[in-house]
Amino acid sequence: MSEEFVPKIIAFACNWCSYAGADLAGVGRMQYPPSIRLIRLMCSGMLVPSYILKAFEKGADGVLVTG
Amino acid sequence: MKDTAKSDVRIGVFVCDCGSNIAGYLEMKELVEYSKTLPNVVFVQENLYTCSEGGINEIKQAIPKHNLNRVVVASCTPRTHEPLFMSACEEAGLNPYLFEMANIRDQCSWVHMRERETGTERAKAQIGMAVAKAARLRELKRIQLNLSHNAVIIGGGVSGMSAAMALGNMGYEVDLVEKEGKLGGLLNDLNMILPSNEPPERLLNDLVARLETNPKVNIHLNSIVSKTEGYVGNYVATISKNGEELKVKCGIIIVALGARVLTPEGLYGYNGKDVITHLELESLLRKGPIQSKNIVMIQCVGSRCAERAYCSRICCMTAVKNALLIKEADPTARITVLYRDMQMYGVELEEMFRKAKQVGVRFVTFDPEKAPVVKDGSVSVYHLRMGKEVSIPCELVVLSTPLIAQEDAPEVSTMLKVPINENGFFLEGHVKLKPLDFATDGVYLCGNARYPSTIREAIGQGLGAASRAAGVLSKDALFTSGIVADINAQTCCGCLGCVAVCPYGAINFFPERGVCQVNKVLCKGCGGCAATCPSSSARLDGFSNEQIYAQIEKALAG
Repeated sequence: MSEEFVPKIIAFACNWCSYAGADLAGVGRMQYPPSIRLIRLMCSGMLVPSYILKAFEKGADGVLVTG
Repeated sequence: MKDTAKSDVRIGVFVCDCGSNIAGYLEMKELVEYSKTLPNVVFVQENLYTCSEGGINEIKQAIPKHNLNRVVVASCTPRTHEPLFMSACEEAGLNPYLFEMANIRDQCSWVHMRERETGTERAKAQIGMAVAKAARLRELKRIQLNLSHNAVIIGGGVSGMSAAMALGNMGYEVDLVEKEGKLGGLLNDLNMILPSNEPPERLLNDLVARLETNPKVNIHLNSIVSKTEGYVGNYVATISKNGEELKVKCGIIIVALGARVLTPEGLYGYNGKDVITHLELESLLRKGPIQSKNIVMIQCVGSRCAERAYCSRICCMTAVKNALLIKEADPTARITVLYRDMQMYGVELEEMFRKAKQVGVRFVTFDPEKAPVVKDGSVSVYHLRMGKEVSIPCELVVLSTPLIAQEDAPEVSTMLKVPINENGFFLEGHVKLKPLDFATDGVYLCGNARYPSTIREAIGQGLGAASRAAGVLSKDALFTSGIVADINAQTCCGCLGCVAVCPYGAINFFPERGVCQVNKVLCKGCGGCAATCPSSSARLDGFSNEQIYAQIEKALAG
C-alpha cells in the first residue's frame, strides 16, 4: 500500500508582512495543510541563501520564502 | 541577572490552551509530554490562558523556582503577545531576550481545525523549533535614550496646520515651517470648498487665528528646513530664513510639504486667458460670476498619461463643483465636461454628480487616443457614443490639471532619508500598517505630499500624523529594541556591502579603521546587512544563523 506523498515545506516569513499574513489566515480560519513549518524572520532581506540550502539538505521538499 | 553563558541552559515551556481556541483542536497532553522530551527543557506547564494574570504569575514563579534561564510560550502570535511575556520574564529577573514563542494558535490550531492529528504534529514541531532556538538565545540589551518633546512640521498648508494645532493643544512645543509668506498653502487660492461649498477663509482664518494665539506653536514664515541631523527623539533641524539659521532640537518631524497644481504649458492651447486651469477659474469665480456662456471643461490634462501615469483624484470633483457653481449663478450657461472616467466616490460626491446632470451639465467621454482639440471658439472631440467628431462652441476652456509634487520634495527626501516615488510623492512606511509613518522612526507624513487628497483627508491625515507623533513625544524615555545588528570589527573587511543595503542609513564606515559599525539607535533589525556580509561579520542579534539553522534542523528532524 503506497502512502500519499505529503511534501515537507519550510516557510520563511517576514515579521512585518507575511508572518502577519499567516496570523491573519488564522484569524480568518482559512484552512491549509499542516505539513508546513514556519520560521519567523525580521525581513525576507535577512534570508541567507544557505538557509534554503540547509532546508533542502535536511530533507525539505519545498522552501517558501515570503516577504 | 543570571549569567546564562556559564550556567547550563534550563528551559521552561508554557503551553497555552487559549480556552478552547487551541485546546479544542490540538492534543494538549501530547504537546506537554512531547515538550518534556526536548533537550534542555526542565519544566513544562499547561495554562488555560498563559496571558491571564494567573498565567503570567506562573511564569514569574517558575523562573526562580526551577532556576529557568530560558522561557518558551506556545500560544498565539508574538506580534501581539511577545511584549507581555517578555516583561514577565524581565520582572522575574530574566533578560527578556531569553524568551521565545511558538505560534500554535493563529498559525496552527486555527488553520488546521479539522486535522487534529497532523495539526498536533505541526504544533509539536513548532514548539521543538522554538526550544531549539531558545537554547541558543543570548542576553541582549536595550539602549535607553532621552528625548526632546518638541515637534518640527515642514509645511504650513491645511494638513501641517492641523497637525500643529493638535500637537500644540496637547502641550508640545511646535515649530511650523512655511516657505511662503503666509500660512494656508493651496487653501489660499480656492473659491469654495467641498462638500458644503463654503469659502475657504472660514476654515483658514479660524486655523490661523488659533495657531497664532497658541503659545506652544512657533510659526516660521518665508522659512525652510535646510538641514536635519539625528534620529527619533533627538533630531536637530536647521530652519533657514533669509540666510539666517536657527537650530531647533526636536523629537519628531512631520512632512506636510503639500503639492502644487500643474501649469499645462503647451497642452490644449493653454494661455491663462480663455484656456485656463480650474485653479485660475476659481480665482475668477472669487471675483464674481463669470461672463462666458459656453464653457468646456477637459479632464485628465497632463495626468493618466505616459509622463504622469497617476490619477490626481480631486480634479473630477473640482470640475463638477465649479460646473454646479456656474450653473447656479447662471442657469442658462452651457457646460460640457469632457472626461475619460469620473472619480466621484463617496455619498456626497456621487450625489453632486447626479445633481450636475440634473441641472444640465453635459458629460461626454473621450478616448485619449482621440483627444479633444481646442480651436478658436470651439472644442472638437470624437464622440464615442455617436461615433463621429463633434464641435462644441465655447468661449472658455477649463483644464483639469493634476496636483504634482513640490519642487523641493527630492531635497527633503534626501535630507530626511525618506523615500519618494517616481512622481515625487512621499512613500509611507506601509500602505496599511503605517499609512502616516515613514519607515524611519520619528518622521511622519500627511496631506498632499503623500498623494493628492481632499481638504477633509488632509486634515484627517494631519491629525493622524500628530497623534502618531504624540506616541513618541509623550514618552519619558525611548528604548531601542535589543534585536539589532552588530558587526564584528575583527573580521569586517570594510567592503561597504552592508552600508549599501541598509535602508535606514544605520551603518557607518570608519576609513581610519577600515571597518563598518552599526548605529544601534538607527538600526531597525531587518538583518539585511547580515545576509549581505561576505565574511559573516554582520549578524542580527536574536536571529543569528546558528539559531535559524537550529530551527531548520529541528523542523525537519521528525
